[in-house]
This record gives sequence, structure tokens and C-alpha cells, in this order.
Amino acid sequence: MKDPRLVKLGLGLAAPVLALLLAFLITSLVLVVAGDPVGEVWSTILGVPEERNIANILNNATVLYLSGLAVAVGFRMNLFNIGVDGQYRVAAFVAAVVAGEAWLPGAANTVLAILAAMLAGAAWAGIAGVLRARRGVSEVISTIMLNFIATGLVAYFLRRVAVREEGSNDIGTKEIPEGSRIPGFSIGDGPTEVYGFIFLAALAGFVYWFVLNRTRFGFDLRATGRSTTAAVASGISVTKMTVVAMLISGAVAGLVGLPLLFGDSYSYGSTFQSGLGFAGIAIALLGRNHPIGIAIGALLFAYLDEQSNPLQILVGVSPDIVAITQGVIVLTVVISYEVVRRYGVRLEQHAVARALEADRQEARA
Amino acid sequence: MPDVAPAVRLRGIGKRFPGVIANDDINIDVARGTIHAIVGENGAGKSTLMKILYGVQAPDSGTIEIAGEQVSLSSPADAIRHGVGMVFQHFQLADNFTVLENVVLGAEKLHGIGAAARAEITRISDAYGLGIEPDRLVEDLGVGARQRVEILKVLYRGAKVVILDEPTAVLVPQEVDELFGNLRELKAEGLSVIFISHKLDEVLSVADEITVIRRGTTVATVDPAGVTSRQLAELMVGSELPSPSTESSTVTDRVTLHVADLSLPGAEGPGQGRPLLDAISFDIHAGEVLGIAGVEGNGQAELVEAIMGMRPGATGSIRLAGVDLDQLSTRRRREAGIGYIPEDRHRHGLLLDAPLWENRVLGHQTRKPWARLGLIDRKAARADTERIVADYDVRTPGVDTLARALSGGNQQKLIVGREMSGEPILLIAAHPTRGVDVGAQAAIWGHIKDARRAGLAVLLISADLDELIGLSDRIEVILRGRMVGSFDPSHVTPEQLGSAMTGAGGAV
Repeated sequence: MKDPRLVKLGLGLAAPVLALLLAFLITSLVLVVAGDPVGEVWSTILGVPEERNIANILNNATVLYLSGLAVAVGFRMNLFNIGVDGQYRVAAFVAAVVAGEAWLPGAANTVLAILAAMLAGAAWAGIAGVLRARRGVSEVISTIMLNFIATGLVAYFLRRVAVREEGSNDIGTKEIPEGSRIPGFSIGDGPTEVYGFIFLAALAGFVYWFVLNRTRFGFDLRATGRSTTAAVASGISVTKMTVVAMLISGAVAGLVGLPLLFGDSYSYGSTFQSGLGFAGIAIALLGRNHPIGIAIGALLFAYLDEQSNPLQILVGVSPDIVAITQGVIVLTVVISYEVVRRYGVRLEQHAVARALEADRQEARA
Repeated sequence: MPDVAPAVRLRGIGKRFPGVIANDDINIDVARGTIHAIVGENGAGKSTLMKILYGVQAPDSGTIEIAGEQVSLSSPADAIRHGVGMVFQHFQLADNFTVLENVVLGAEKLHGIGAAARAEITRISDAYGLGIEPDRLVEDLGVGARQRVEILKVLYRGAKVVILDEPTAVLVPQEVDELFGNLRELKAEGLSVIFISHKLDEVLSVADEITVIRRGTTVATVDPAGVTSRQLAELMVGSELPSPSTESSTVTDRVTLHVADLSLPGAEGPGQGRPLLDAISFDIHAGEVLGIAGVEGNGQAELVEAIMGMRPGATGSIRLAGVDLDQLSTRRRREAGIGYIPEDRHRHGLLLDAPLWENRVLGHQTRKPWARLGLIDRKAARADTERIVADYDVRTPGVDTLARALSGGNQQKLIVGREMSGEPILLIAAHPTRGVDVGAQAAIWGHIKDARRAGLAVLLISADLDELIGLSDRIEVILRGRMVGSFDPSHVTPEQLGSAMTGAGGAV
């Protein structure tokens, strides 16, 4: 008999592969309809990236990975945290202010700023958690609204604390002192450095996996996600789990903007990158909420983004075609997981039936 | 026999689901102008059958004939087109709409949404004596009136066959009488009514013919004039009744569970003020099985959930072996020694999409041998699951199989094994053999008897009166949230219990 865990792994891989093939197919159709050269577009996008591009891909993937993790924490408990976007901007702003003020020297300042970011993200997400647990407000609605409030709030406070950069209309927080930045490293002789924060992101992924799969807390969280009613009967306090899960999701979301802050911009300004929270939803879906899966999803999205840049120059096609692919992936992922899940359930039921039949025949013999 | 074709004829209907009792070779003839009752235990397959007849699910085998014509129903719209309408147990009405708006919703093409529709509603209401005013808001109507609106909705769509799923479950006795009056009007006008119930006295009083379903198949069709409710009960349960307690008593004088003055207020809202539990007091001693009898929905589920700490509004005192449970969370109560076999194993007992070993841990997250410093030792959990699979005869390829893939009986055996493994001193078993196969049923009865011999206190809730009589040392009857009678199982008949359950008889 085949090892059920191997079968499970095979099915787990089949779903995303199927989703990607479908997404590429649909994107190709769009290209055909628009009269763009399908073959040239794919050969540009799916080529092997050059060294300098690899650094960009890794950097972008680091940020997307944290965003995917934050969303995945909620997903594991059936909470749809759409507010990662607002949470990371509030958190990055708070971290930028704390790090810029430099109350502590060097690395201690960095640690303090990271903790402040996680706290800020947790607090912002916690609002939605408490509303859901105490008043039954859908976290989908409240986190979307909180995204808007976050935009306004950050813009307002940015004016209060900002310093104007020399010869520019951009405003931003005070620059983080050099000793408190997180140094990057080079791949080969490329000019772009890879964020040092990538190691912290990997660590976050490991902690996510360990907490969910090896601890009692993680068991309670997964059980609540699978069946609220069974969780209640087993003695889990669902209201408490809802709040805690949102706090953790928000804390992880608080990390999303930090690779940029400590490795690239060194201050939070009006041009700080936004929209990273929404990509996280797609990546968590694609990665099946599994830390390795999310990493692959994040790398894939970052790879597609990077490789699409020269499309305009080389083949005269807008790089936005990749946004279509990414959007379609979200849809095909949902479909193909459901198809594969049903197939898996059938397979398992057959296995159970076969085992029982064998039992019976043994009993007869 | 009548020369006209029956209104509905089902032949050899079969439906298989993984893990649940299916329909198997169901044969029913519903004559025109009659009330045909379909009775069976919970989980016997009544609902599946009705879903098939209403086009919600397709049968795997068999044929459906309506008025002599063979049909295939692939959706409720199909069923309605063939004149089959269904009134669900849970009403499907928009509260903030008027009766008229609710009735025409989805059927706007029939008579429009204005005066013609209003006239048609009034005509139907008068013709069948439903007494419905089309312009009242549904939220102002009582439960009985809402049910009549549902019936009218079905008639408005031209139904000749009306299916009612457990229609009396939500009604008080006077409303039940009114409903039966309405049904007799329908019958007089030549319509056929299919009436699903497990309340035997009601069925005997209203039906012209009764079909009994047991374990997914039709076992008999009888004339109500020729059977007693005891005979019906036997048909429903089959011959596999547990032998009424011939075993010697193991009841001790040590009180394990002491419940005093347990009350639970009803939900807020008009007409909902009746308390769900009303000053309930009882003791269960070590080695004693206390059976709770009652018509479904009279507070059994609430009683269990209040003891488990899942009902925040409950007042009164619950003590387990001298420990005051009132302020404890559900988890602490379980740790204090409660094993809990829930009524609905899919909703409360299992994580269907999780492997068996995770289901073994569920409810025992904080227990040895796997709980260490907030971590869960998977190896230990798997090993202990293997033990339960072997000791409790759970038929499964392995402990990594998903709970969903097992049959109902094997799921239940896993739950029983799990709940008996936490060193409980009190076992709460709510409908422990509902929807499981005969073999698993006997095994589960054996485990409950073993628990009693081992000195556990057992609280047994069941809709199966013979199961209650066979296993209990004492039976309490619950009616509208109150304990209304105490019976000695060695001297009580199902009829006596039945009348106490409906409030017709008193305590012995």
C-alpha cells in the first residue's frame, strides 16, 4: 500500500502546478486576443534571471513572504485579514519614527523598532479581532475600513513628525542612523544588495511552522479554523483565539514594511511602497498557508514582476500583463485546490473501503 | 385498490454517502388525497429520502413516479414543476417582508406581485382554512402562522404533493392540533401530504398510512388503526433492542454529579421568553446511568451544554465529585473528569478534515502523554491513537486517515474510545448510537455498560426509548426545560415514557 503521506504530498503539489498551467493558458489567450506575440512574451518572462535581477527578486520576495505569512495566520483560523495593507503601513511608520529618534544605540535601536512595529501591527489588527470576537463584526469589513483609516492616520502623523528632504517635495521621517540599519549582502558582483532582513523573514517562517504544527496553541488555532463548534466542545475559547490570531496576524504584518525600511529607504515617507498586503492574500492562497508553499509563491510573484520589466522595451508589451497572470492565479488556485481536494477525498474513501474489504476477506478465510 | 396511479411512487431508491447511513431499496406508495407519514429514528435516512424527492439530491438508483409518470428530479425547481412542494423544518421566510411578498418571491411569473397575487393568496387561504392575511409582516406572526405561510407558499406554486419535514417540532400542542386540521383540509381537497416525524403519537393520530424507515430502508407500511405506538417503536428500532437491564445494579451512594437549580434563560425576542432550562436538579452516583427522555428540543442539548460549560447564561450549581464547576471553562471541566460524546459528532465531536490522531488529541490537548510544556508530541499522540483503533475496533487503514473517510459507526467508536481514555469520572453520552450501524451500536452499548461497571457516573440522552430503558438505572423525563417525572426502567413501558414526554402523564 502507498504511504498516505506521500499521496498527500503528491496531491499538494498537483494543485498549484495545475493552477499555474491554467493561469498561463488564460494569460496566453489574453495575449492572442490582443494580438501580442505570445511566444516572445513568455520567452522573455520565463527566461533565467541575471545576477542583478536575482537580488531584486529575493528582496521583493522577502517582503511578499512576510505579507503572505501574515494573511496565512488568519486563514488557518478562517479569519480573512484583508487589513495587512493598513497594518504594515501603520507599523512601518511607527518603526521609522522609533528608529529615527534613536533613543537606543545601534542594534538595540533596531530591535526596539522591530518590536514597536509588531506591537503597532498587532494593535491595529487587534481592533478588528476584538470587534469580531465581542460584537460579531465581520473582520473582512472592519479590516478594509481600517486600511482607509490607516492611510489617513499615517498621512496625518507624517506631517507632524516629518522632515523635508533637501531639494525635494517628498516628506519623510528622520533617517535611521547608520548603526541601526540592517546590512545587506551581494550576490556575485551585482550592484543591488540583498536585504539582510531575508534571514529574519526565514526565521518568521520557521516560527510560524513550529507554533502551528508543534504547539498546543497551534493545535487549538487549527482546530478552531477547521470547526468552530468542535473547538468549543473540546474546550477551546473561540473568542480568545479570534483575538489572539488577529493579534499575531497583525504582528507579522508589522514586519512587512521593515525590509524596505531597514535595507533600502531608511525612512518612512510619502512614497513608501503600498499595496503589499493584497499580494499577500494571493500568495497565502497559492502557498496553501504552508511556510514553504508561501515562500515558493512569494518567489514566483517576485520573479514574474522582475522578469516583466523589460517586456515594454524588448517586445513592446505592457508589463501589466503579469498583473493579469497574478490575478488569474488567485482564481485558478481556488478552483484547482477544490478539484484536487475532492479527488483526494475520493481516493481516501476508496482506500478505506479497500482496507475494510481486505479485512472482511481475511476474516472469512 | 384505487384504479388511479398513486400521487407518488418510489421504487428501489438508493443513495450512498461515505460515512453516513444511506438510502437502500426504499419503496413507498403515497395515494392521492391521503396523509402519508414516514417515521424513523434520527439518522434513519428520512431527510435524505425527502431531499431526493424534492430534487435536492439525485438518487444513485431507483425510480420516482409522480401521478403515474416517471420523472427525474434534478433540482427543487423540477420538483415544483411536477407538483411536489416542501415545507422545511427551518422556515425560509424574510422577516421584514409581508406575507404577500414572501409568497410571490421567486414565483413572480405566476400571478404577478400585485392584486392578482393577493387575490390568489386569499383564495388559497380560504379554500384550505389557513386564515392568512396577505399584508401582515412576517415578523409579527407566530410560529404556527409562519408555518401556514410556508404551506401556502407551496400551494401557491401549484403543489399537489406537500412534504412536511418534522413540522410539529417547533409547535406547541394547540398549534399542532391546528396544523392537523389544516392537513385534513388539504387531504379533503385531494392533495397528498407526506408527513415526516419521529413522534409516534402524532403520527398515529393524523396519518392514513405509515411507512417505517430503519437504517436507510423501508421496513414496513402499516395502517395506523392496526398498530400501537409500541409496535411502531419496535419497527423503528428493529429487533436489536438492548436487553432490558438484567445486570445487577452497580449504583453506589457516592454522588459524582450534583446539579442543583440549573436554569438557562431563553433567547431574547418576542415569543421566545420561555427558559430553555428551568430549575433542574438531580444527582448521579458513581456506577449509575441516568437516562434523560424527552421529545427533541425540550432542553436536552442545552442541559448537556450547560454542564459542559458551553452555555454562558446558565445559572445554578454544578458539582463534580465535590468540585464546584460553575466558574470553570469547558477545558477545565473536561480536565476535572468529564468525558463527552456529543449529540452531533460532525459538528461537535470531530475535525472531519483532520487525521485521526489529531482527533484523538481534540478535547484532550492538555493531557498526557502528548502535552509537554505547551507542545504536542505527535509520536505519542499517534501511538495512543493506534491503541484506541485496536481496543475500540475502529476500522481504518491508519491513524493518518482523515476522520471524514470513516463510516459513522467507526467515527463514533473513535469518539467513545477517546472520551473513555481521559480517565473520566462522568461520561455524558448524547444519542451515542444515532446513525451508526448495528455492530457499532452493540459495541457502544457494551462500552457504556463497562463504564458503569467501572464506577463512572453516566448521563445518557437518547431519543431511542428502548436504548434508555435498556441501559439506565433511572430515567428522568424532560419537558420544556423541566424535569417532569422520574421512572424506574425495570417497570416502565415506552408508552408511559411517551405520555410523560408529551406532558400527558405524570410521575410514577
